[in-house]
Amino acid sequence: MTGFIIRRLGQSVIVVLGVTLIVFIMLHLLPGSLARDILGSRATAQAIAQFNHQNHLDQPFVIQYWYFLKQLLHGNLGYSYQFNRSVDSLLATELPRDLVLGGLSLILSLMIAIPVGIAQAVKRNKAGDYVGTGVSFILYSMPQYAIALLLIQLLSISFHVFPAEAPQGTSALSMLEHPAGLVLPVASLTLVSFAYFSRYMRSSAIDTLAQDYIRTARAKGLSERLVLTRHLLRNSLIAVVTLVGLSIPVVITGTLIIEQVFNFPGAGLEYYQAALRNDYEVMLGITVLVGVVTVVGNLVADIGYAILDPRIRY
Amino acid sequence: MTAVNPSQVEVELVPEAGEVVSSGSPWRLVGRTFAQNRLAIIGVVVIVILVLFCYLGPLIYSTDQINPNLAATNLPPGAGHPLGTDSSGFNILGRLMEGGQSSLEVGFVVGIVSTLLGLIYGAVSGYFGGFLDGLMMRIVDVGLAIPLVFLFIFMAQIYKPSLDLLIVLLVIVTWLIPARLVRGEALALRTREYVQAVKVMGGTPWRIIVRHLIPNTIGTIVVTVTFGIANSILTLAVLQYLGFGLPPTTPTWGSMLSDGVTSLQDGYWWQVYPALIIIVITVVAFNFIGDALQDAFDVRLQER
Repeated sequence: MTGFIIRRLGQSVIVVLGVTLIVFIMLHLLPGSLARDILGSRATAQAIAQFNHQNHLDQPFVIQYWYFLKQLLHGNLGYSYQFNRSVDSLLATELPRDLVLGGLSLILSLMIAIPVGIAQAVKRNKAGDYVGTGVSFILYSMPQYAIALLLIQLLSISFHVFPAEAPQGTSALSMLEHPAGLVLPVASLTLVSFAYFSRYMRSSAIDTLAQDYIRTARAKGLSERLVLTRHLLRNSLIAVVTLVGLSIPVVITGTLIIEQVFNFPGAGLEYYQAALRNDYEVMLGITVLVGVVTVVGNLVADIGYAILDPRIRY
Repeated sequence: MTAVNPSQVEVELVPEAGEVVSSGSPWRLVGRTFAQNRLAIIGVVVIVILVLFCYLGPLIYSTDQINPNLAATNLPPGAGHPLGTDSSGFNILGRLMEGGQSSLEVGFVVGIVSTLLGLIYGAVSGYFGGFLDGLMMRIVDVGLAIPLVFLFIFMAQIYKPSLDLLIVLLVIVTWLIPARLVRGEALALRTREYVQAVKVMGGTPWRIIVRHLIPNTIGTIVVTVTFGIANSILTLAVLQYLGFGLPPTTPTWGSMLSDGVTSLQDGYWWQVYPALIIIVITVVAFNFIGDALQDAFDVRLQER
């Protein structure tokens, strides 16, 4: 077990390094010069050379990458010259708000998807299963922004129940003080994840139902209720670990599309706006962060799975 | 096609009770399970109708999708334009057909090419194992950890968006999943006796991979192609919403939807719902088929 965790950690470090390398190479391929962007088109050659020297931009690629890694190791994700703020300080205000959005919708979608998925597996190929499958397929087959826009059209334009814009509070707590504005973003994200989660729970529960121990439990005369709660539910719950692990990036760094639709002030929206104003340092910082968080999420899912399921031996 | 190894078929065809049922060839077994799934049949019918609509439709119902008609913008559904017109005066029904051609083509090409790429990559990685496998799978992990939008924004800065570029980009992000799935299967298959037998008889690794590993992953392949098509149509729609779209001369369902969304406030519902509904119908149909194929190929889960 320890050996597995160490090996898996080593792999994750390699993957994170790979992500930073590729992202760094891509940014280097972009046309234009940072010095010209910052100092303006009338800057003297001397000023440009000085700027490049100060920021190590006159160094070979490998050395620049090394400086970039060193900064990352110190937790420094870059500097937005356009805002004259560090990317860290931008994210420090945005990530807690993403945590509110992502956390709430993760909890909600799990609470709905687990019972629905298991019920579908038990009543497989019956009318109820078809309805559940139909609903999750339709949700899954809609572009994310369409779900959000339909909710806005229905609950905000046709019937003025909830505002169409997320609260613009500065801290996570002030977001919670205006729950009405949070309803539509959280509901959209919940619907998006519910479609995936309930499908996943259904197929995981179907797998479990095909196991010999379920047949044994039924054969020894256990009531259906006990079979479902003691044997099916508990074993299907292992799948939840995977879902939570894979949702970690969304919970921590938010989702670009939902945030864009509701003008939700999170890291995803920041990323989108950085792309529109060509603020590459911010894009680079957020991309690296998302990469790291994704890798960590996978790691948590794998290790959690290994701990919870004693049959898995590495 | 030697899709399934004979000894394996025998094992699977003999139920545990020992009573032998005649099931025909494994392909018939798959076909029958597939045909029993009503949703799958609906999916196939819907796709056939959609293809006819997009490719034969313009021959019957001919509209001008090249020159904007500024005298007839934002018209509600009525005579001459059953689904209304968009903000440039294009007939929406005709544009659905035109846009469907590019959307379906993107879907099919991306689904098939990315699965083929992932198939070869995954089979090689899984068959050789060891260090090569570790290296190849870390590359896949890196690809999966880089956010899709970043790649597209980057490319949009350097290249002019075109349908070909979008297809290449979608393939780059889509092949990773089949690669991983096939690798997992190849890892299990390479220890089977028949693979060992080929090795002992002096079969080259290439022969083992192409003739023995890949045909045995056919279930996974067919399923990933179907889901790949659905996902690419959807991803294309999302990208166009974020503004990484194509010139108006190449309409897609996604660009129609994202253009129409801006006029939802004005009450021009006919610019939004036709495109949205046709996207959902297409993706749902492909997902129905994929889901049924998954059930059909997964023998263990069939009710005996």
